[in-house]
Amino acid sequence: MKNCEYQQIDPRTLVVSPSSAQKHTEKEAERPRRKWEVFPGKNRFFCGGRIMLARQSGVLPLTLGLIVFTCGLFFGFDCSFLVEHLTVFIPMIAAVLFLFVVISLLWTSFTDPGILPRATPDEAADIEKQINTSGSSTYRPPPRTKEILINQQVVKLKYCFTCKMFRPPRTSHCSLCDNCVERFDHHCPWVGNCVGKRNYRFFYSFIISLSFLTSFIFGCVITHITLRSQICKSLVQAIQESPASVVELVVCFFSIWSILGLSGFHTYLVASNLTTNEDIKGSWSSKRGADESGNPYSHSNIITNCCATLCGPMPPSLIDRRGFVPPDEAIPAASASEIELPLFTAKNDAHMVG
Amino acid sequence: MATEFHNLQELRHSASLANKVFIQRDYSEGTTCKFQTKFPSELESRIERTLFEDTVKTLNNYYAEAEKIGGQSYLEGCLACATAYLIFLCMETRYEKVLKKIGKYIQEQNEKIYAPRGLLITDPIERGMRVIEISIYEDRGSSGSSSGSSSVSGSTAR
Repeated sequence: MKNCEYQQIDPRTLVVSPSSAQKHTEKEAERPRRKWEVFPGKNRFFCGGRIMLARQSGVLPLTLGLIVFTCGLFFGFDCSFLVEHLTVFIPMIAAVLFLFVVISLLWTSFTDPGILPRATPDEAADIEKQINTSGSSTYRPPPRTKEILINQQVVKLKYCFTCKMFRPPRTSHCSLCDNCVERFDHHCPWVGNCVGKRNYRFFYSFIISLSFLTSFIFGCVITHITLRSQICKSLVQAIQESPASVVELVVCFFSIWSILGLSGFHTYLVASNLTTNEDIKGSWSSKRGADESGNPYSHSNIITNCCATLCGPMPPSLIDRRGFVPPDEAIPAASASEIELPLFTAKNDAHMVG
Repeated sequence: MATEFHNLQELRHSASLANKVFIQRDYSEGTTCKFQTKFPSELESRIERTLFEDTVKTLNNYYAEAEKIGGQSYLEGCLACATAYLIFLCMETRYEKVLKKIGKYIQEQNEKIYAPRGLLITDPIERGMRVIEISIYEDRGSSGSSSGSSSVSGSTAR
């Protein structure tokens, strides 16, 4: 009998008449939803889920605007003089650097930083069962931590109440994006996204190339004003002839300090295989006199650390933004054989979504 | 065995989900993807220990191959950096190629070994690479409780 085949709702009890069943099937067929549409974190998606941003995009437009504006002024006002008096390579180098900076910035902002999808209800129930059977909870629930050994060092894993799972090592929950991110470095407002395992190399490329770009523009503008003041024999007149250069100087001067400092800091982090999060919390600095061996993830060799972080294999995105949400429980019997997952799991997914 | 299925189609049609077992990650060597090879007690009556361990070890080897830091990954990384990472838009990374191999391997294991025993492995990538989910099915035709039929199958398997 058909009614015995499914343990859940009998589709015939839901559907009143054949015409409404047909309408229902049509509705289901025309609107299969993609996973990004039901994503629980605070993110925004564009281009059908291919591009993602944090919900608060922060000052990304400002960052992009400043870079484009300053470079625009440089190409418009300084390059003509410098090409005439020095070499044509100056705008070429600046153009290459500018493109690299903008592309790295867009990669950093639009890439999934390494978000971990939330635990399915079955998984969460299994973990709850393990917590309850292993620990003794009498008055209040014990702090949900788990201690594991990584390379002979004890590391505490914390339970994430939002994502309902024990966070893997080096993972942290970003409160702004409401997601657990692997190898969480920090949430950067300038970039409008978290910086994590998947986009750290883009972020690093961005700040290094931006350091080069700001230093280069700063140097070129200084050269321009110096040469011009030699020609006019007056600094004031040189500035009057090229006021845009002053704007560029001011922007570059203030950016250089912060960008170079940040680049230096992140170079140190890359060389010792640390994240900003770990460095700020001082997770591995408690051991005196053995700063490198305190970190269980470090390869104890600066070159290997750099290569592993920056040139390592590119991990895949775990959230499968463009995949389809598994169909929910109210499905006619005919299409049952095409369903990938059993109905039981689909029902739980519907609960998770709703 | 009471829960004898011939292929995956039959499994989905005539079986009902009884339980799910989750194989957790093994972080003893760092954050590289590796799963625990400890044999879960729920599968004791269902599948031989060696088969299960072989599957998990092969999966671990595949993931190790994907995440290996060596000559090829450095080349890929340097080439990507030189092209401002635009190469990621056109080329499939080595990790993605290995993930496809893993998908095929899991499908093959399901068809040959796990489905005939009423089990189904879910690819870890669908669970955020956190767990290997093994679904345990019971024959819908059997009227007894799941523990009853598993003890019957246990006795016939021994």
